[in-house]
Amino acid sequence: MNIKKTLVVLLFAIIGISVSAQDRTVTGKVTDAKDGAPLVAASVTVKGTNKGTATAKDGTFTLKVASNATTLVISYLNYATKEVVLDSKNTVNVALSQTADQLNEVVVIGYGSVRKKDLSGSVATVSAKDFNTGAISTPEQLIAGKVAGVSIISNSGAPGSGSTIRIRGGASLNASNDPLIVIDGMPIDGGGISGQANALALINPNDIESFSVLKDASAAAIYGARASNGVILITTKKGKKGAMKVDFSSQLSIGNVSKKADVLNANEIRTIVNANGNASLKALLGSANTDWQEQIYQTAISNDNNISMSGAIKNMPYRLSLGNLDQKGVLKTDELKRTTVGFNLNPTLLNNHLTINLNYKLSSSQSNFANQGAIGAATFFDPTQAVRSNSARFGGYWEWLDPNSSTGLKSLTPKNPLGLLMQNDNTSNVNRQIASALFDYKVHFLPDLHVIVNTGMDIAEGKGTTIINDSAASSYNRYKDAANKFHGGVNNQYRQTRSNSYLNAYLNYAKDIKAIDSRLELVAGYEYQDYKTTNYNFSDLTYDKTVVSSPNYASNVPEYRLVSYLGRANLNILNKYVLTASVRQDGSSKFNPDNRYALFPSAAIAWKLKEEDFLKTSTTISDLKLRASYGVTGQQDGIGYYDYISYYNLGSNSAQYQFGNSFYSIYRPGGYYFNRKWEQTATANVALDFGLFDNKVTGTIEAYNRTTTDLLNEINQPAGTNFSNKIVANVGSMENKGVEVTLNFQPVKNKTTTWDVSLNATYNKNQITKLTISDDPTYAGARYGGISGGTGNTILIQSVGYQRGSYFVYKQVYNAAGKPIDGLFSDLNRDGIINEKDLYQYKGNDPQFFFGASSNVTYKKWNAGFVLRANVGNYMYNNVASSSGTLRNFLNPLGYINNGSRDYLTSGFSGNGSNYYLSDYYVQNASFLRMDNINVGYNVGKVFHNKANLKLNANIQNAFIITKYKGLDPEVNGGIDNNFYPRPRTFVLGLNLNF
Amino acid sequence: MKNNKFKIVIATVFSVFILASCSKQLDLLPTNDVTSTMVYKDATGYKQAFAKVYASFALTGNNGPAGNGDIQGIDEGTSDFLRLYWKAQELSTDEAVVSWGDPGIQDFHNMNWSASNPMLTGLYYRSYYQITLANDFIRQASDANLAARGITGADADNIKKFRAEARFLRAYQYSVLMDLFGSVPFVSETDLLGTVLPKQKTRAELFAYVESELKAIEADLTDARKNEYGRADKAAAWALLARIYLNANVYTGTAKNTEAVTYAKKVIDAGYSLIPDYTKLMRADNNLNTSEFILTINYDGVKTQNWGGTTFLTHAPIGGSMTASQFGVDGGWGGLRTTKAFADKFTDITGATDKRAQFYTAGQNADISDLSAFKDGYAITKYKNIKADGSAGTSLTWVDIDFPIFRLSEMYLIYAEAVSRGGTGGDATTALGYINNMRQRAYGNTTGNITAAQLTTDFILDERSRELYWEGFRRTDLIRYGKFVESTYVWPWKGGVKSGTGVDAFRKVYPIPSADISSNPNLKQNAGY
Repeated sequence: MNIKKTLVVLLFAIIGISVSAQDRTVTGKVTDAKDGAPLVAASVTVKGTNKGTATAKDGTFTLKVASNATTLVISYLNYATKEVVLDSKNTVNVALSQTADQLNEVVVIGYGSVRKKDLSGSVATVSAKDFNTGAISTPEQLIAGKVAGVSIISNSGAPGSGSTIRIRGGASLNASNDPLIVIDGMPIDGGGISGQANALALINPNDIESFSVLKDASAAAIYGARASNGVILITTKKGKKGAMKVDFSSQLSIGNVSKKADVLNANEIRTIVNANGNASLKALLGSANTDWQEQIYQTAISNDNNISMSGAIKNMPYRLSLGNLDQKGVLKTDELKRTTVGFNLNPTLLNNHLTINLNYKLSSSQSNFANQGAIGAATFFDPTQAVRSNSARFGGYWEWLDPNSSTGLKSLTPKNPLGLLMQNDNTSNVNRQIASALFDYKVHFLPDLHVIVNTGMDIAEGKGTTIINDSAASSYNRYKDAANKFHGGVNNQYRQTRSNSYLNAYLNYAKDIKAIDSRLELVAGYEYQDYKTTNYNFSDLTYDKTVVSSPNYASNVPEYRLVSYLGRANLNILNKYVLTASVRQDGSSKFNPDNRYALFPSAAIAWKLKEEDFLKTSTTISDLKLRASYGVTGQQDGIGYYDYISYYNLGSNSAQYQFGNSFYSIYRPGGYYFNRKWEQTATANVALDFGLFDNKVTGTIEAYNRTTTDLLNEINQPAGTNFSNKIVANVGSMENKGVEVTLNFQPVKNKTTTWDVSLNATYNKNQITKLTISDDPTYAGARYGGISGGTGNTILIQSVGYQRGSYFVYKQVYNAAGKPIDGLFSDLNRDGIINEKDLYQYKGNDPQFFFGASSNVTYKKWNAGFVLRANVGNYMYNNVASSSGTLRNFLNPLGYINNGSRDYLTSGFSGNGSNYYLSDYYVQNASFLRMDNINVGYNVGKVFHNKANLKLNANIQNAFIITKYKGLDPEVNGGIDNNFYPRPRTFVLGLNLNF
Repeated sequence: MKNNKFKIVIATVFSVFILASCSKQLDLLPTNDVTSTMVYKDATGYKQAFAKVYASFALTGNNGPAGNGDIQGIDEGTSDFLRLYWKAQELSTDEAVVSWGDPGIQDFHNMNWSASNPMLTGLYYRSYYQITLANDFIRQASDANLAARGITGADADNIKKFRAEARFLRAYQYSVLMDLFGSVPFVSETDLLGTVLPKQKTRAELFAYVESELKAIEADLTDARKNEYGRADKAAAWALLARIYLNANVYTGTAKNTEAVTYAKKVIDAGYSLIPDYTKLMRADNNLNTSEFILTINYDGVKTQNWGGTTFLTHAPIGGSMTASQFGVDGGWGGLRTTKAFADKFTDITGATDKRAQFYTAGQNADISDLSAFKDGYAITKYKNIKADGSAGTSLTWVDIDFPIFRLSEMYLIYAEAVSRGGTGGDATTALGYINNMRQRAYGNTTGNITAAQLTTDFILDERSRELYWEGFRRTDLIRYGKFVESTYVWPWKGGVKSGTGVDAFRKVYPIPSADISSNPNLKQNAGY
């Protein structure tokens, strides 16, 4: 029997079809109660049936109704639904009011959407009106500090640099902790591309309508495979029916470095060298007073212009947006220019049965990357030296010289910081296009059933060149050719392309079951994702294009693929109880065929207490809902693509081996782990949503427990059993427990003034519970986190019983006055010697608590607001102080003078030995309170003969920070503060024009 | 019509489902990397995989100088065999000190290393890495595999030689592990990867294994001095046997001096001779020193680049007022010097009489008051990236100097010491002749010759130091002579004390790294750690 027929029969059998007599016609018009504008595509249905229609573009409708029909239900997105008793009327004109009530908002969830009040999982939404304002060039910063449990920290102050996003602390150790990001239904690859490290930087923030953050397993498990770290759904703006609306905005911003690394000045260096240095060092002292940081930083002036047009041509709603960003960095020569185009068509065809949403986004960016090595060089470079030498050598920049060396430069010395910037030209060109199409077909004879097909491509190409002049000290005479001739400088290319494709098809069936006053919704689907990158390899060339080394292969094309089946059932009983269950099976090409597939189930229940009789009449409690969920999610990001078999890798031309007079290329078998499988995270979540005083106060209290098992964890291999001594295997477990509180309230609301306050607080406790196959009490854990200082020193550790990323340090001994004693540490195991056995786990980089607070006051035409963020309990390793704040650094034993951290004046450390690098003295409390944003706006109102509306705004971003941390910035991802690119303080002026 | 549309949609959706169930979609392969069957399809592939077994001596990974390392958990530049082995054998003795603060490096002076010392962990895993590669190669080169892959004739004969050499390299690494760590886990080609947890062999069992393995492959190895440069031959196997026999008492409690004499003599009689000038031993073109070198680790400034090996041994001792260009490199790393205890082994440190005394003293203090100050302790100028004729090496950064694992002088010294310790089959007169042969090269004439009475066992220890210093022998020698941990012989900063001090006897072997103890429940840690 043929499949189609079977299916059709089955569907008929399950659902049943009722056909009613149609014996009269009702007409009417649906309008907006506020301004009387027609509402297009509002839904008009006969109550108790699935018979209905949608309004035309003038708001009118015509509907044939059965003789026994009594009531029409008129609904429209974000408007309060109205019921109109028909009695004998044949004309029904209805004015709908926009709902202020956010509980009626529709929330985008995985593979569908749901009314906020019907949510059973943990989903936080932030829509455009609540976005952070100011000069924001990358989308995730729109919601920084806005959502409990979500930490978004920009990676640096460089233009277009991305952010590290952690939802509930992340679930993994060695695999990725980045959440899955889905744009308009299409999961995107979180990795950047050559020439643009941040994948999200290619989306214009102005095109974004809303974010949904799926935090618990119930919400996220429908994304199964990649959902362990949470999911962020980004919905971009669409066209709206009606007359064309134009929105123009323009911003000018001025950024400055608000804090520089705290180093010594020239006179202090002279004092130290004269007091402690030998004669040859003293002779090296210069007479200048150079503030090298002053030399490398600049005032960064940027502008961002955006225009969007939306409306409809006939039945074709469209939105077109253009954006142009020119952002300069505070580090000289840093610049990002980006042009973005967004185009959206969302027509409704076939008598409203087929909804199509076509999206196209183009982003083209040109970047000039400053050599960030200059930041470190500027903290180290001798301030007694002038910027320029009197010679033309090395581009005229002053450098440490050694007449006996072949280059004329003293080896292993820092290079002139300004020279590093000015003699380095790294430009990139990145083009990225995302095209997606969504077809939502409401089956003609079965409107309860939707067939949805969503498909897309994400194509990107990044390429660039790095050119360093051969006069530059940084690569002077770096290569000697066969004829013993020297060549310097760099003239290299890089290029990478990416082509990701995506197909998702699912059925959505929704049915009101009158008999039990319930609603059932079923989703079943299939998904295919393919991620393919092409890395092009180029020769390493000197400035004059002499080949230093050539690659073995012109390109490499890593690719992985996911194939998934998913299903979800949602049952809403008596509008009081919501039950949701989902299941997803994922297959990943990264695992061996036996381990490839894994099943990720979830279940949730919500109880709308407010609907119960005992609360229904309460005037204090306007809303109350209890939610509980449990589910399992998976993870396979951040690991090798082909690691289940050993592959042989051909060595480079500079890694050959000589037999006789010939050199042979080498073939190396790679480490592998056949049994690697999905890492799984089980999450239990309970929450209470509440609203008080007519929802003037709303909030959520939420608690969770997440247990990750089969951790993708890099473990030691028994010697002799693998081609790699460490391999990512599924060993170990970890827990995250936490509480999140969100509170929104309106202290003032009257005719002239509205004051909205939004607060969120998060507590997260992370603990590693298992790391190795056999329990060995002498095994401290896996050390990582390389620091600057010594060769191969690490400062962090993953240890059982401690939080992820604890510092692993010596306990500094202090004298009675509280000053650290140079080179003296506690002998913790009391064996009379200080060695690695005396290291201990101390604090960590993750905060125990973090908070966000926003306030917004509107008074007549004015508005003002701020966004505050705070972290408590997070520590930072001050690597600038540890690597440069010692006497040995100032008087470098290789025979030159360095500058360094002012911390030396406090510690007085000599820098002898190596243990001091790992002193807990340098692990500093980095709790902070940061004023992220202060903004003021003025709504000028109608301008240009009432044709347009003008708004003006001003912001200060990164206004101030209160912290005890002694380094540059307490927020450095990874917990090691080493020559961090400073986040600028930015002043923004903007205007917004609507017509 | 409506029904048709519905059918089309449903059909489309389900054809997608059906297409998808084709699970082959998830079988993806890397672009350039290949599987073992592709590598080992012909003799060329065998030689390239075989080259990797050797190259894991010299290189840190598959990208020169760095970027695709073999060993994880250690800075790649410090992860090659020689740099790590050299530190374990030299920094723990009177021959060398280092000023740096690399993690764990000062432990060698302080003699307080623990089982998590990253240098020892790196060295241990480096040795096992070469063993694992050798095991894999031996499996791939089995007679059955060669036959199955249709490799016959001269190709097959060559590959059988490769196989014997892989067994030699494996035996060499087990001898290193036996010497450094005592009782260690044992894996051979019969243990398929990832299927068994290796079991520990005692030091004596390892000795017996290395001895029998070297004898077993002797017939398959190329005759002495007949193989390609850089590859092991029969002489290499004999040299390794001589070396372990000399130390047999340390490893097994039973001396094997007679066997040491026998095998040292076999090497000496294979036709080796000393090169005329000692100071030309460690030069950029020392691949020409084949009359003296028995087996070398080969480096090249362009084609075999890494940050360890002789690149380390050349750059690291340059500092203070030394001029890097005189050593054929672009700069010094200001790290390595020596102690006064070693300098005192020479009566004249200028090199004017005994040319082996290659010290740099200008601006340097003989005494070390601060280990981290380069000026404290004389620098050593033994390694120079300059050819014998004074011209430069191929690169100023990565050096060309090859490192002899075995050279003739060691065989002379083994012969003399084994005879002196009562080994039979040799005689004192021949021993004296060998020693004076070396000393005549050092002095340029016979003024440095010694008499039969002067040729005592203790003299030989000092003579080994003068001849073989900074070549990775000293720790083993001091242990054999009972001078490593004992307080009867101390040197500046021994045990972390300026005047030197004895330490606990358990430190005669290094601890098995905790990384392996925690991942292999079969292992028992060495006593004391």
